[in-house]
Amino acid sequence: MSLLYKIFFTPFVQMAAAPDLLVQTLWEGLVAGVLYALIALGFVLIFKASGVFNFAQGIMVVFGALTLVGLYDLLTQYGLSIPAVAAFVALGLTIAVMFLLAFGVELMILRPLVNQPDIILFMATFGLTYFLIGLGELVFGGNPKIMISEQLYLPRGAVDLKMLGGFVSLQKIDIAAAIIASIMVAGLAVFFSKTRIGRALRAVADSHKAALAVGISLEQIWVIVWFTSGLVALVTGIMWGARSEVSFALQIIALRALPVLILGGFTSIPGAIVGGLIIGIGEKLGEFYWGPLLGSGIESWLAYFIALAFLLFRPQGLFGEKIIERV
Amino acid sequence: MRAPSGAGIAAGDVLLAVEGVSLAFGGVKAITGVSFDIRKGEIRAIIGPNGAGKTSMLNVINGFYHPQAGRITFKGTTRKAMRPHAAAAGGIARTFQNVALFKSMTTLDNIMAARALKMHKSFFWQIFRYGPALREEVEHRKTVEEIIDFLEIEHIRRIPVGKLPYGLQKRVELGRALAMEPDLLLLDEPMAGMNLEEKEDMSRFVIDVNNQYGTTIALIEHDMGVVMDLSDRVVVLDHGCKIADGTPNEVKKDQAVIDAYLGIAH
Amino acid sequence: MFYREAGQFKTSYASDEAVFPIRQDKIGIIVILLVAFVAIPLFGNGFLLQAVMIPFLIYTLATIGLNLLTGYTGLLSLGTGAFMGVGAYACYKLATVFPEVNILVWILASGFVAAAVGVFFGLPSLRIKGFYLAIATLAAQFFLQWCFVRIPWLVNYNISNAIEVPTRTLFGIAVVGPTASPQVRYLIVLTIVVVMTWIASNIVRGRIGRMWMAVRDMDIAAELMGIRLLPTKLLAFAVSSFYCGVAGAMMVFLWYGGAEADTFNINQSFFVLSMVIIGGLGSLLGSYLGAALIFILPILLRLVPAELGMPLHPATAEHLSFIIVGALIILFLIVEPHGLARLWQLAKQKLRVWPYPY
Repeated sequence: MSLLYKIFFTPFVQMAAAPDLLVQTLWEGLVAGVLYALIALGFVLIFKASGVFNFAQGIMVVFGALTLVGLYDLLTQYGLSIPAVAAFVALGLTIAVMFLLAFGVELMILRPLVNQPDIILFMATFGLTYFLIGLGELVFGGNPKIMISEQLYLPRGAVDLKMLGGFVSLQKIDIAAAIIASIMVAGLAVFFSKTRIGRALRAVADSHKAALAVGISLEQIWVIVWFTSGLVALVTGIMWGARSEVSFALQIIALRALPVLILGGFTSIPGAIVGGLIIGIGEKLGEFYWGPLLGSGIESWLAYFIALAFLLFRPQGLFGEKIIERV
Repeated sequence: MRAPSGAGIAAGDVLLAVEGVSLAFGGVKAITGVSFDIRKGEIRAIIGPNGAGKTSMLNVINGFYHPQAGRITFKGTTRKAMRPHAAAAGGIARTFQNVALFKSMTTLDNIMAARALKMHKSFFWQIFRYGPALREEVEHRKTVEEIIDFLEIEHIRRIPVGKLPYGLQKRVELGRALAMEPDLLLLDEPMAGMNLEEKEDMSRFVIDVNNQYGTTIALIEHDMGVVMDLSDRVVVLDHGCKIADGTPNEVKKDQAVIDAYLGIAH
Repeated sequence: MFYREAGQFKTSYASDEAVFPIRQDKIGIIVILLVAFVAIPLFGNGFLLQAVMIPFLIYTLATIGLNLLTGYTGLLSLGTGAFMGVGAYACYKLATVFPEVNILVWILASGFVAAAVGVFFGLPSLRIKGFYLAIATLAAQFFLQWCFVRIPWLVNYNISNAIEVPTRTLFGIAVVGPTASPQVRYLIVLTIVVVMTWIASNIVRGRIGRMWMAVRDMDIAAELMGIRLLPTKLLAFAVSSFYCGVAGAMMVFLWYGGAEADTFNINQSFFVLSMVIIGGLGSLLGSYLGAALIFILPILLRLVPAELGMPLHPATAEHLSFIIVGALIILFLIVEPHGLARLWQLAKQKLRVWPYPY
């Protein structure tokens, strides 16, 4: 009885008792959700256009951030002394690296494996993950790095709002992250629905053979898509690195994009956003208000259980299409 | 291979009856108010233009789709919908339009897999294999070899079916259905994509199954020659509704059927 | 020329269904078993046994477990590490609560505990398929790992959250614990792995193996043939988790001698999955080959350059092995998706007609 009370009553009482804390938690959840959504966005882009479930998306986030920091260190070491210049040159070079990565993936993985079943492509991205982890650790070392947020003119510090009897502290970097993410999502949504290339991407997602038949160059499309996804990953890496640090542990956290994809569906951009927000907020609320019941650290698995619960009631996710099997 | 049981139903009596079955997917009405029966021991053809709902009808009989309205009576028991396992256990087997074989398994394994319902040695015996499990395996292997013999596919026993040409795949699929020793065999376009010689072979197998083992057969087929030669009775579907039901000759002359096939607007 | 079955005819279905129908194969397997059981413990040094053979065999067992679930039944699992952990911690609790009972009994019993947990996390497979099911296994992985850290009862309230293996004996010889010799531990691991491989081989050749493969290839057709999907899938989860659980228990009791909170993390799951992919999905031989390649590779990378006079820093060797494994996975998928096992089959095929080209 007391347990039921603790589960269904006490947390809500706590929420009402300190509303500013509730808003703070909601805000943290929102920010985490935005970052999850960005990672999920990268997945969705690639899945929509090539039908490939890119297991390496998480490591691409880390790799992008590492490359940026690594190149910046290299540039400042070799004489480029003005931090801002070095930072943006490094950024430009990193974008080039992400392009090369996309090009390499298309050439060595996607092209040889065209028309293979999805599970084979998934396992190929699994191999890519191993490859990038090894490469990243070899080139940049395994120690956590600090993101060059100052040099990139990313805001620091916090905004404190007095509200609801207490105050809520919003980190400026988080606000920046939310704004940048929104711009990116809006831009991508427009890109997909309004442009010629966007249409071609959707065609390729539907059927490789049919797209080929109408003259769409699969190779070009795939490079574009993986490059775009790489840019999304880079932005995510910068934002995430700026909030904490750049380390390989991020790759595991990136796996939490999977529950986001389950909720939002694998092919829906708005779904990735909504899913990300649900998971992010749900996770933070759960950890903060229900966590003490079970012990700390339930964040590590809560997202998956939320997704699992949704799946049991709606196997195709919130936005996914109901799969009708035909025999 | 033994003759099917059909518990108490004499040849000529109704083995399966569908009454007022309606099936829709979202807004798409696949079947509307269809009723017909299949008598034990006969070969019943289900024909109609593409999209008429023939495969959906078989899927309903199998229990793969559940109709929104209507009833199915099989061997005297009436249900609102069949469940796949109940259909299989009750003696309904089928082949599919797009060969649903287990592509990575060999011919022999595919047909042996169909004996799953009849193999009972528990997990415990499977661990040791030598002993009761192996004896059961050999016993069922004998039956499966009879079917392989009957269908003349000995030479491809150990080849993964994914590598076989289409015509042979269809034959293996028939073998897999036969291995269930069914009372009712549902064949979905068994002659599709075959040349004349292959069609003759397949027709011979179908007739042999019906004659030798007394298996009742429901057959979807587009080749009118095959339908006229093989079937005892025919039911014609168009746009999800039944438009004719009778012997091949009656159906051939029916105006509604002729209109449907010639595409007269209605 | 040597590898031909000319003159070897089968006169009964039973002999046709044997595991090694060709006489040369039968001789080959006997030789391998002799080498494994006799030659290696006699002539191999402690390092070979402790750092190579024992872990290789343990990982092979885990790979077989995952292969049964993912390779034979087609259910992708990313929770292997956690299921191994369940076996390890279950064995630890059983061994410390009931110290009089033979440790080997507990190692095998912990498999059942892992099987029960596996079935529980396999229940979603009733409604969920494919990638989505992998999420359930991820949930299992992270949740169980959290349990290993957060439930002090599991580690007997040890503050550092680590477990250490107590000494246990069999017929007076120390088999487990700090005093157990590598040779003894190796023979125990070898025996368990060989027996369990034999059992796995029996299961997959019989009706259960066919049911699993049918579910993998086309579950709709399997269902319409009367194969009940949920019990079949749950059985796969149970057997697979049993194997992984025993592997985990052996890992702690017969190899590491202890465990920490991080031992059974998701990297362990990835590690075993890569062995399954490279070895070949749906092949028991592949499990051995994949485990051998992926496990021994980092060791080779450490030893060979050192022998050649250009030693690599151990961390570098590890990073290189990640790169090579990743590249190998991609290469195999392009060239031979059925892994080393298929390459071996092709090699045997060539041997059969050698010296002719075909």
